[in-house]
Amino acid sequence: MTTPVYLDNNATTRCDEAVVEAMLPFFTEQFGNPSSMHAFGARVGGAVKAARAQLQRLIGAEFDHEIVFTAGGTESDNMAILSALEIDPNRDEIITSAVEHPAVLSLCGHLEKTRGIKVHVIPVDGQGLLDIAAYRAALSSKTAIVSIMWANNETGTIFPVAELAELAKEVGALFHTDAVQAVGKVPIDLKSTVIDMLSLSGHKLHGPKGIGALYVRRGTRFRSLIKGGHQERGRRAGTENTPGIVGLGKAAELAALHMADEETRVAALRDRLEKGLLQRIPACFVTGNPAERLPNTSNIAFEYIEGEGILLLMNREGIAASSGSACTSGSLEPSHVLRAMNIPYTAAHGAIRFSFSRDNTDADVDRVLEVMPGIIEKLRALSPFWQGADKAPATFAPVYA
Amino acid sequence: MWDYTDKVKDYFFNPVNAGVLEHANAVGEVGAISCGDALKLMMRVNPETEVIEAAKFQTFGCGSAIASSSALTEIVLGKTLDEALRISNQDIADFLGGLPPEKMHCSVMGYEALQAAVADYRGVEWRDDHEEGALVCKCFGVDEGMIERAVRGNKLTTPEQVTHYTKAGGGCLTCFEGLEAVLARVNEEMVAEGLISFDEAYRIGSMDARTLRQKTRPKGAETSKVEAKPIIALADLERAAAGTMVLEKPVEAPAVAAPAAAPRLTTLQKIKLIEETLESIRPYLKLDGGDCELVDVDGNNVIVKLSGACVGCQQASMTVNGVQEKLIAATGLPLRVIPVK
Repeated sequence: MTTPVYLDNNATTRCDEAVVEAMLPFFTEQFGNPSSMHAFGARVGGAVKAARAQLQRLIGAEFDHEIVFTAGGTESDNMAILSALEIDPNRDEIITSAVEHPAVLSLCGHLEKTRGIKVHVIPVDGQGLLDIAAYRAALSSKTAIVSIMWANNETGTIFPVAELAELAKEVGALFHTDAVQAVGKVPIDLKSTVIDMLSLSGHKLHGPKGIGALYVRRGTRFRSLIKGGHQERGRRAGTENTPGIVGLGKAAELAALHMADEETRVAALRDRLEKGLLQRIPACFVTGNPAERLPNTSNIAFEYIEGEGILLLMNREGIAASSGSACTSGSLEPSHVLRAMNIPYTAAHGAIRFSFSRDNTDADVDRVLEVMPGIIEKLRALSPFWQGADKAPATFAPVYA
Repeated sequence: MWDYTDKVKDYFFNPVNAGVLEHANAVGEVGAISCGDALKLMMRVNPETEVIEAAKFQTFGCGSAIASSSALTEIVLGKTLDEALRISNQDIADFLGGLPPEKMHCSVMGYEALQAAVADYRGVEWRDDHEEGALVCKCFGVDEGMIERAVRGNKLTTPEQVTHYTKAGGGCLTCFEGLEAVLARVNEEMVAEGLISFDEAYRIGSMDARTLRQKTRPKGAETSKVEAKPIIALADLERAAAGTMVLEKPVEAPAVAAPAAAPRLTTLQKIKLIEETLESIRPYLKLDGGDCELVDVDGNNVIVKLSGACVGCQQASMTVNGVQEKLIAATGLPLRVIPVK
């Protein structure tokens, strides 16, 4: 059995050993509740404060109290949007993009259905770039909040959030960004922007699962989602997940240390894989915007075959990645991100996302380059559309469509 | 990751009969590219005997679609066209040791390709109105299209009717909100089309999940501890959902509060009523290649013999429950159906 190759780091990352080590004492000897008056609590309170400072440095926040710890990215996204809708009754519209994570899109759909909130969904072009004219047109004095992701989880495409935030400020709207995929992979300096809120998640940057944070700029009006105790200055009630918080702090510190590696070595691995696959395999293409992209992500659409089959064959070779196909999610439609980019169905179903991390090596790339051509060829031999690399696809029009 | 059986994995990793069949004279092409499934089934049929002598496939689809296609080519080999037409999608799924509920449509695609290929050989046009939707009820593998067809075909206006006709919501009930959303949407369309009146239409929030659980729970039966179970034979449900048959409205089982409230039947009347009810169910079981025969009636125990495709069928216990519910509804007695070999 060959060593497994993990290239699904946008789904989740391996928790760093140093992170686990930092967390462990907070399950046992450092068990105190940070709210308590006694020494048991005080020491833990100090550790939470240190973690907050570590995270503050990673995202370039001006103040440590701008960070509110949550249970993860989804909670942070929900918190930001629901808070914004409570601020001003005259502002009851949301602006978001067609390629957001379900944590945002599904909430917006729900609000539209149950509360009659007007949601402007800004389309993207074939490369996944936001339609800025449509965005400008949607902004108004009715806009409560703009929620647009920093980087897309499927294609890695980066949106110009700093500029988008400036535009939102012109109409007095709040600006939130889901930066779950960006934090730890690209440098972020919030104090030099006008972004009001930012969501992040621990397990995407080699931290533990079940912990995340919402950055809330000082002075931003905020209504808490979870009511209860005074934790997180009344912005997120519930006894702190202290091991998780300490772990996220440590993960943030390590991410800052590895940032240069991520942007050079990891990006080079990704580029070598992408180039190699495009050279070796006919009829495939990169989706998204290669010019403005996370350094770790590559999304390649292999035409005329379906993603689940590719993943199953890759899995048999010990390689983990993910797909935009409908079948892997149990839904009937392929990825909403690829569909928003107008990628044809025959390609969208065969899109595979390779997402790297600092754990990956050159050997991983070699291994994938070695087995992928055979896997694609095997499935294409089964496909009614495929007639060979030099031939046009077969005209295949099934009875119902 | 999907919970595929070893046989599904085997047929996916090592598909047999993949590729183009030369001199095929029966070709069926089905699928929906938007859903990521498309299948081309190619067969060579002996014109003298109508026996399928060779079969190959090409599939654009997921692991279970490829496995189902490959399995199908093995199942049909050596069969006559008439025999092949009797193969159901469940037969394909059973051959593979079962498929996850979200993946049952892969076996349906195989079934349809076979129907289309036979129609192609015979020179008749084959049309399919099958349209799929997102899976609503995971317990019983019921999708939106199936619910919509049942609601339209039978003018259903309450969640419990949907459960009775399609089984959706008869299990864990976490799909309740999805189920009532489909019902409310289809009812609204039906009002607009003048099929039902505005007052009849179901509106979201008119019922909660707990009420549905109580309403679909068997009444009058001594088995009151039993969870809500579908009360119609599986075959009826499939046909009703496919819109090809309109079921008679399922009779609400009369609430038998005290034994005295039960209709007083002589033993002869009781047996006769049981016999008649069973006879009315048998045609549906037979359509699926099964049968159910009355052996004896002992007090409130109804002894039956399941035969044909019912034997060893994973759904046999569901069929027994369906038969039992029908009998209870018809007689008003707390009957128990006991299958014997």
